[in-house]
Amino acid sequence: MTDIVSTIRGGNDPEQGLKPRSEITARELLREVGAVLRMSEADAAKLGDIPVDPSEDQTMIINMGPQHPSTHGVLRLMLELQGETVLRCKPIIGYLHTGMEKTGENLTYMQGGTNVTRMDYLSPLNNELVFSMATEKLLGIDGDIPERAVWMRMLLSELNRMSSHLLFMATNGMDLGAVSMMIYGWREREDVLRFFQKVTGLRMNHNFIRPGGVAADLPEGWRDDVLHLLESIPPRLDEYDVLMTGQPIWRDRLQGVGVITQAEAMALGATGPILRSTGVPWDLRRDQPYLHYDEVEFDVIVGSYGDAFDRYAIRLNEIRESIKIVRQILDRMPTGDYRIQNKKVTPPPRARIDESMEALIHHFKIFTEGFKVPEGEVYVAIESPRGEIGCYIASDGSATPYRMHVRAPSFVNIQCLPHMMRGGLVADAVAVISSVDPVLGEVDR
Amino acid sequence: MSLYGVPLSDSRGQRVLHPTRDEYVKTVKALLDDTFVMCADLTAVDFLTHPGRTLPEGITAERFEVVVNLLSIERRERIRVRVQVPEADATIPSLFDLYPGSEAMEREVYDMFGIAFTNHPDLTRILMPEDWDGHPLRKDYDQGRIPVQFSADFPAREPQS
Repeated sequence: MTDIVSTIRGGNDPEQGLKPRSEITARELLREVGAVLRMSEADAAKLGDIPVDPSEDQTMIINMGPQHPSTHGVLRLMLELQGETVLRCKPIIGYLHTGMEKTGENLTYMQGGTNVTRMDYLSPLNNELVFSMATEKLLGIDGDIPERAVWMRMLLSELNRMSSHLLFMATNGMDLGAVSMMIYGWREREDVLRFFQKVTGLRMNHNFIRPGGVAADLPEGWRDDVLHLLESIPPRLDEYDVLMTGQPIWRDRLQGVGVITQAEAMALGATGPILRSTGVPWDLRRDQPYLHYDEVEFDVIVGSYGDAFDRYAIRLNEIRESIKIVRQILDRMPTGDYRIQNKKVTPPPRARIDESMEALIHHFKIFTEGFKVPEGEVYVAIESPRGEIGCYIASDGSATPYRMHVRAPSFVNIQCLPHMMRGGLVADAVAVISSVDPVLGEVDR
Repeated sequence: MSLYGVPLSDSRGQRVLHPTRDEYVKTVKALLDDTFVMCADLTAVDFLTHPGRTLPEGITAERFEVVVNLLSIERRERIRVRVQVPEADATIPSLFDLYPGSEAMEREVYDMFGIAFTNHPDLTRILMPEDWDGHPLRKDYDQGRIPVQFSADFPAREPQS
């Protein structure tokens, strides 16, 4: 049956999975090990602990996922085990691929936000922000965004970082058996999402940050809501410290697990908490500031061992840093327009439509045809909770992107898994996946 | 403007290098030695329906373009490398030996555009199934449609008696 299907469709691509040692030659095995571990065949041979004689078949290949509960969605890992030790691991992705980059080519720049917001569904506002910033750079209006819109974008993206990291706390706890932590993390995240719902109308997938500014002004009473969040969350973070950080079982499960070195992380292109856990102080908010991050005070949290515990501690303390930033944003939030008063990009206000025929036509044209963006190509990167999220847009001068590509941090970070798991126990595999904090919607796009 | 003997252009304030396919690995190696230690992104564009784009003098526009974004952590700089890849011979050397992290991104480009990377250790599809036909992000790839009611070509309903 499979043969017939592949003949009809002409598919003859090599298989993506791992092959058992009994079925491949020593040379093929070395090449495969090299590919899995991202090193040359010669380097793979130097590791020495890989039995190259395929007849000595002491290992077993098992599938973990795509339906495993702790793979955060539909990630499939092929693990080669010797006893309980992981020798090789290969992440196999694509189970959630929905062609969002292709979809993006058919949506106007105005509609594009609805598409990108669904990629990393735990930090949708960061996705919208990077897409909007790339579009604005192509339009040449990136310097003219009103102050209030810029500070609102910062407020929302910092709160989004908090909600995303709180969810990490929950899932990390759940994966390691700290089930009460799961409930606490979801509870705090829900508080933040309730604020998002009040501002944007939706808990997730907001399409709120749009090219030219944001969709609406902050609602009445927003300041009290934010202050309430800033008061309620810090004592709960201290509770997490008591519950997990200082607890011996928690430390034993995480310390020294999934270690990655600085050189490996940089060679693999890992960003975000994974890169910082190895001691590289790299945070785009500080090192290539966008919005007004150069005007607020915050610390970049770095680790020193590159293990799962460092990544946990970095995320926990990044929530505290975000709280610090949000406090400064509250003090500095200016009044004024929340979107650019450029008729080309911004539709007329609702009240004008009732009294002016031209405004109605203008409104209609922007929402049906969209606005044209000059020819060119641009790459914009910002710091999402998971690392560098980048947006590459090539425009041919029409109202839809000619090519829209999103550099998803999870897609790159997940390639570190084979390195982190190598030589570890199969029980630690769950802790390692959890510490990378992948979002499969973004990995597969 | 040029850098390492390769045309350098400016795109909205971002530096872009345009090496030929033969100069590609050499240029990227020079950038790697010049503190660009991270390959942030590698992707491609299919310019089938937009051939008349602006390129620096001396660069012939081809159907495909491989786009690499490099990052220097030390100097906090970015640079982009754009390479023209002809349709007739859609191959390009792999950057795997310089940046092991480019491996998955090159697989994605192979999967989505059908551009083959020579010397790649594991050139398989990554997002689509192994037996998939065609490369979805090519501009001549057929896109499905859902019939829309109330459009002009919707057949008129039989009058009810």
